[in-house]
Amino acid sequence: MAKKSYSFYPGCSSQKAASASNYLTSVQSMCDVLDVELNEIPDWNCCSASIGYAGGGELPRLALSARNMALSEQAHPGQDIVATCAACWLATKETQERLHADEELMKETNEALAAAGLQVKADQKVRHMVEVLIEDFGYEELGKPVKKPLEGIKIAGYVGCQTNRPFGIAGESFENPKYLDKLVETLGAEPCENYEKKVQCCGGALAFSEPEKSQELIKGIIESAYDNGAELIVTPCPVCQMNVEVYQDQINAKYGTKFKMPVVYYSTLMSVAYGKSLKEAGLDGQVIRAKQLEEIAKK
Amino acid sequence: MSDYNQQMIEQFRGNFLKEVESNVEEGEWVKMCMQCGVCSGSCPFGPHWAHPPQEIFMMIREGEREQVLTSDSMWMCTSCYNCIVRCPRGLPITHIMHGLATYAKRLGLAPKEQPTAKFAQLFWDNLTKTGRVNELKLGLALYFMNGFSEGIKTSLKMKDIGLGMWKTKRLNPMEMVGGHSCKDTKGLQAILAKAQEIEDAKIGRSGA
Repeated sequence: MAKKSYSFYPGCSSQKAASASNYLTSVQSMCDVLDVELNEIPDWNCCSASIGYAGGGELPRLALSARNMALSEQAHPGQDIVATCAACWLATKETQERLHADEELMKETNEALAAAGLQVKADQKVRHMVEVLIEDFGYEELGKPVKKPLEGIKIAGYVGCQTNRPFGIAGESFENPKYLDKLVETLGAEPCENYEKKVQCCGGALAFSEPEKSQELIKGIIESAYDNGAELIVTPCPVCQMNVEVYQDQINAKYGTKFKMPVVYYSTLMSVAYGKSLKEAGLDGQVIRAKQLEEIAKK
Repeated sequence: MSDYNQQMIEQFRGNFLKEVESNVEEGEWVKMCMQCGVCSGSCPFGPHWAHPPQEIFMMIREGEREQVLTSDSMWMCTSCYNCIVRCPRGLPITHIMHGLATYAKRLGLAPKEQPTAKFAQLFWDNLTKTGRVNELKLGLALYFMNGFSEGIKTSLKMKDIGLGMWKTKRLNPMEMVGGHSCKDTKGLQAILAKAQEIEDAKIGRSGA
């Protein structure tokens, strides 16, 4: 297949030594194998995720994503914008939708952007990396580079919220999306098909401000993975990854559970299956080490 | 109570639905709610809302302005979008809740000690400073948002998580002194200032 090029919006959590820096590492390794070129949007800014609303009103928040789209149009015309973070993707796509639905908002946004000499059309497609994998490659194509099938590992596909709602992946349902299961199968591992908490919210940003309420949700997500026989959880979202991975000790202390469930990205699984090293797959970024994957990576 | 709040009370003369339709993001949708309650039943934080979304919509129509705007309910939204995809009438409920929260904050009516209201403001202040989130400063600001002694307690409680993140190179202590940033921070801030100015003019809020 010929090289594919995209205008890439990595987002704050993917930066060096930030909370999802290991996500970016594994995405780069995966893209290297798939011959995908990610052209970073120059000087991109934060999208304000879904939590900027106390300080920023509608137009300032739209202006943030509009600036990214404007910079992308300038630097990478004709390419689709691709985000790896669920919140980045959602905020940018929502902005695009809103600007095209409302001429006045489009005009006002451009008026704001003009303060920095920019203007936006917002006509580049805005996509999540998972969409690129499924739509531009497809499972069969994604299976071809597999060198080390992830045999014998049972994996719960935790889709979460914002990669799934309100846009989701074409052809998938909001209530029971199956693409992670299909991907797990493609890589030679065994999916937990009846993982009932696959679209349960982890609390999102409220894991910071409402830790107890959020950890109650996270507990359910992990418990259900164990009940379904999972040895690993896989997710497409950096907030899901962090929330489900890093609070397990606190949850154990509060609820008397004994959770120690690794939570990895789809790109981690793919990098390992594609024969990348432990480091290239971002496995050294696991707070709870994914031992089965480490063993395969070391082989 | 702010002058802006007083000004809006006078301008809309008790017609709170009209006020929401004019001043709240996606507020024009509120009257479309048919009170089925699917949103309330679908919310992951459902049990923690004093007034779940369905009730908020009814209260807006009833003109219960102060009860709605001073409520901490909207601040319980985790932005999971369950309500949006399930609403039979297609109301953008998540966005309306964010819009109500923003509006309550602007009027000076949002509950002062609401943790998500505080965190959401910290997040905005953090990202607009350099154009990118500084996770370390955001985390510390969160731990210390209720004062110094509680901040120390929270920091101690969270130290193992921080340590785990630091060891796996997912947290950088050097973010305290520098950290990631846009190059054209000035341009970004000029855009935000202009956007704020346009929005303020639209909802009759000047220099508030």
